[in-house]
Amino acid sequence: MTRIFIPRDSAALACGADEVAEALAAQARARGLALEIVRNGSRGMFWLEPLVEVETPAGRIGYGPVAPEDVAGLIAAGFPAAPAHPLALGPVAEIAFLKRQTRFTFARCGLTDPLSLADYRAHGGYRGLARALSLGAAETVEEVVRSGLRGRGGAGFPTGVKWKTVREARGARKYVVCNADEGDSGTFADRMIMEGDPFALIEGMTIAAFATGAAKGYIYVRSEYPDAIAAMNAAIGLARGAGLLGPDVMAGGFAFDLEVRKGAGSYVCGEETAMLESLEGKRGMVRAKPPLPAHKGLFGQPSVINNLVSFASVPFILAEGAKAYADVGFGRSRGTMPIQLAGNIRHGGLYEIAFGVSLGELIDEVGGGTASGRPVRAVQAGGPLGAYFPRALFDTPYDYEAFAARDGLIGHGGLVVFDDTVDMARQARFAMEFCALESCGKCTPCRIGSVRGMEVMDRLIAGENRSANLALLRDLCNTMKWGSLCAMGGFTPYPVMSALTHFPEDFGPHSLPAAAE
Amino acid sequence: MTRYAPWNEGRASEIISAHLAEEGPALPILHALQEEFGCIPREAEPLVAHALNITRAEMHGVVTFYHEFRAHPPGRHVLRLCRAEACQSMGGERLAASLLDRLGIDWGETTADGALTVEPVFCLGLCATAPSAMLDERVKGRLTPAKLDHLVAEARGA
Repeated sequence: MTRIFIPRDSAALACGADEVAEALAAQARARGLALEIVRNGSRGMFWLEPLVEVETPAGRIGYGPVAPEDVAGLIAAGFPAAPAHPLALGPVAEIAFLKRQTRFTFARCGLTDPLSLADYRAHGGYRGLARALSLGAAETVEEVVRSGLRGRGGAGFPTGVKWKTVREARGARKYVVCNADEGDSGTFADRMIMEGDPFALIEGMTIAAFATGAAKGYIYVRSEYPDAIAAMNAAIGLARGAGLLGPDVMAGGFAFDLEVRKGAGSYVCGEETAMLESLEGKRGMVRAKPPLPAHKGLFGQPSVINNLVSFASVPFILAEGAKAYADVGFGRSRGTMPIQLAGNIRHGGLYEIAFGVSLGELIDEVGGGTASGRPVRAVQAGGPLGAYFPRALFDTPYDYEAFAARDGLIGHGGLVVFDDTVDMARQARFAMEFCALESCGKCTPCRIGSVRGMEVMDRLIAGENRSANLALLRDLCNTMKWGSLCAMGGFTPYPVMSALTHFPEDFGPHSLPAAAE
Repeated sequence: MTRYAPWNEGRASEIISAHLAEEGPALPILHALQEEFGCIPREAEPLVAHALNITRAEMHGVVTFYHEFRAHPPGRHVLRLCRAEACQSMGGERLAASLLDRLGIDWGETTADGALTVEPVFCLGLCATAPSAMLDERVKGRLTPAKLDHLVAEARGA
């Protein structure tokens, strides 16, 4: 029986993976081929999806991107051994995009059957929790502190310090909350883990619960991810059945259980305090801090809130030791980051690498430039609240501080590429429009500023009073940046101001040449 | 023919009761109601408010805060087209504008035959296979005008 891997990741499904699997199964039946089709996660090379892999004694051999109508031709060429077929990729592990990565957090994603606990354990799963149990809670927190792991949602706050605060906080009960409200355009790392390696998240949250003394965890997943929600619920059920969640986790003498909660299409609920309000059943309005959620979080109780990638990075840190994680990185950014190459890019996908790689290397060498074949003009880093980078800044190393020094942010690791047909004034207007649409409405700079920002941009695009409107836009951005309660209004100026700073030629009167001003 | 049940107070009360033991049950209740009725009927708001011991105004505030909760049932199928940056970079806006134009509807509206509602969505996490869409709960990537037309024809024929 030859094992064939066809991803169940929704990016693969969106490109026809189910139809490919059906076509292959039908051909195998008709021709009496002994094939076992495993639905794995994605390796994260989305330009090759659906990527069909064949297990051989010499490793996994790939074919892709395979369309349903390619299946008959593949079989005719000798599939599962069709090395001469135009879609043949050779050994998957040797593909440069994959080979150059340092996969700590995504080590299993794409290799295993996401809903097989046996597969998870065979690939190192639950070694992290076992070590945590042997270290004890306090030392587990110290290990996470030593790893240097910082919040992968974007804020970059040290995860271990947060855990320590919750561990030392007093409360009737404590919670572990996973922020899987991955709303930034250009990001899909959380989705890939939930669909491709959900036990990694369960294990990471269980370690957090053990370390801080929490008994209940919530995973807040956006409703736009139905496949991830289904996979996560299935994995939680399996973990419960195996005694890995429930009253006595891994016979380690502590109770912990998990529940998936579905968002309802609100971007601002990715802000941690808005997410807590939403979990409590209220409008997703941002809370003023302090009190910190670590002291008074969900239902007023001490709560660990981390991004999904932060939690999913913890099993590696415990299993391999903090040093193994902290040994790679750049400056104060230790470990690896799953960088997501998206938009108009030739080789789009997930690229996990140590911090420090330059933006230009990521876009030009790893990503291979644009999908359209036109020149790269701008890259938006860090989602809708992130800055647009021009080619002139492609030497920026991928690092929290280096991006901040250039008035940008790495956010949740997304990079969206635009070619030279992009109109940056329109992108700046969109940033204001998105803020107006998604603002929770609690603070004035965000609620009103975004609407006024749209109006100012409309006047600029129409070519009215250019210098007066530019001065107004700068002033408005300054007010939003310093006067907003959270990153929604506070960071919307990043895409707007970076567009204006780096691409001023797009903000001129469209009907007139620049010299006419 | 519709996918959704007509308003039924008894059924709504059952749905609400089924979630009351949960912590912070408002969103799970609203999702379940929308699953049943295709929207959050105005008649449901006082029932949920009463069950959760909050005011009707507060409940209305919660329902209207979230983009996903509808005031009216959608058509037989819902097509959600991504309007976020990654899809913009691959021509998503043009694709969407041309489809809406041909269907003669705006965002959030339903075709005259009741078959298809087109809603905007800001990111489906399919940003390296853009432009993307979701028809009901099926995801679609690398959309071209021809592929989108095919999806729409399929939905309107079904």
